[in-house]
Amino acid sequence: MNFPEELKYTQDHEWIKVDGNIATIGITDHAQGELGDVVYVDIPDDITEVSAGQSFGTIEAVKTVADLFAPVSGKIIEVNRSLNDNPEIVNKDPYGEGWMIRIEMSNPAELDTLMDVEAYKAMLGK
Amino acid sequence: MKKTRFYQKHLNANAKIVSFAGYEMPIQYPKGIIFEHNLVRNSVGMFDVSHMGEFEVKGKDALAFIQKITTNDASKLSPGKVQYSAMCYENGGIVDDLLVYCIEPEFWMLVVNGANINKDWDWCLKNKEGFEVELYNATDDINLLAIQGPNSKATIQKIADIDLNPIEYYNFKMGKISDFDAIISRTGYTGELGFELYFRGDTSVAEKIWDDVLEAGKEFGLEPVGLGCRDTLRLEKAYCLYGNDIDETTNPIEAGLGWITKLNKGKFNGSDVLAKVKEEKPKRNLVGFVITVDKFIPRQHYKIYADEKQIGEVTSGNLSPTLNKTIGLGYVEAAYKEPGTKIEIEARGKFFPAEVVKLPFVV
Repeated sequence: MNFPEELKYTQDHEWIKVDGNIATIGITDHAQGELGDVVYVDIPDDITEVSAGQSFGTIEAVKTVADLFAPVSGKIIEVNRSLNDNPEIVNKDPYGEGWMIRIEMSNPAELDTLMDVEAYKAMLGK
Repeated sequence: MKKTRFYQKHLNANAKIVSFAGYEMPIQYPKGIIFEHNLVRNSVGMFDVSHMGEFEVKGKDALAFIQKITTNDASKLSPGKVQYSAMCYENGGIVDDLLVYCIEPEFWMLVVNGANINKDWDWCLKNKEGFEVELYNATDDINLLAIQGPNSKATIQKIADIDLNPIEYYNFKMGKISDFDAIISRTGYTGELGFELYFRGDTSVAEKIWDDVLEAGKEFGLEPVGLGCRDTLRLEKAYCLYGNDIDETTNPIEAGLGWITKLNKGKFNGSDVLAKVKEEKPKRNLVGFVITVDKFIPRQHYKIYADEKQIGEVTSGNLSPTLNKTIGLGYVEAAYKEPGTKIEIEARGKFFPAEVVKLPFVV
């Protein structure tokens, strides 16, 4: 299982990549493995602002459905619409092409509440 | 938690293991449920379904006993024939659905759902009084592999000592697989050409047959497949799943299982109530529906709405990999059962449009 060093992680198995005040968000390799085949990623168009912990969409897999939570607050500046037609990208490349949204952070201090790779691995018992 | 004799094989194949029916079973292997689903539809896959229960019924009254506890007419069976059936309580609720095998006139086998083995066994014992029958729970003795898909016959033929061609759907023959005695049954839960192999033997026997099936199916791309795709495959064919679409609170008539409920065969458990339900027409019916607009999978217990009121509940739902649409089953009030009826499924505070369709979803 893949755990990129440079990312931050949440208890809900999202990852966050920070570039300036832009955070790119997706779900972890562990999460996609647990979900199994992802069949739909539903991120409603009408959500433009999120606060940390708020649901920004749902992910439907063959066996289960899960909410997607924003790890940080801010404006949603981009949604990965290629997941509409190819949701399986989340399984194939969770940290790359399978990214979900980009947020312009309004409170970057929230990043301090997230886990680094070692803490995330420890949480998973790896 | 129990393990089947193929457990080590599942681990070797990197299966994702889940608890199911008291067993540690493979839900999928690394390539995933959709891959496995398509493999069975297009070529051939192998399921370990040894968690299913097998009860042997022997004796002079074997047929009479089975006639009392099951809804279908077992008197139509002769040695080598299999029948899909159900067991009901006196109130018409379903104890379990099952396969009835006629091995000899006084030797039958009932194949029941893994999750219901103890309940079914107790129910059989309770109903045995007055019948000259001997019951034996053979579940722990018997291994069961289901080889399913259009290339299943060509696969199994290579390791069977009998010609499989004469075995018609819902028939079986006794034969040898890799030199071990087996019931070779043309049955399955996928709607594809398929065979189920029942055989006794320890782990070494089980693993030998597992390996031989894998080798025989190699040219067709055969791989082990898990319970996840078993569910999507059966749902496309609208086969009922006990615990989802049928249970003790549902009766066979409303579940669309009137075709296995033979009220003219004489009295059986639940027959009085079922005759009445049939006469008066069920108040609700199990129907199939497709999600028409959204990206959404209906799940068990989601509520079904129409005309701004709740009219039923979802019992099963999933993506149909074959149709690339989302499909589901659920009970609705009888007025809403006709294909073409618009309904809505509620989930997470939203209403998702759906339409009742004719079953099965995939012919």
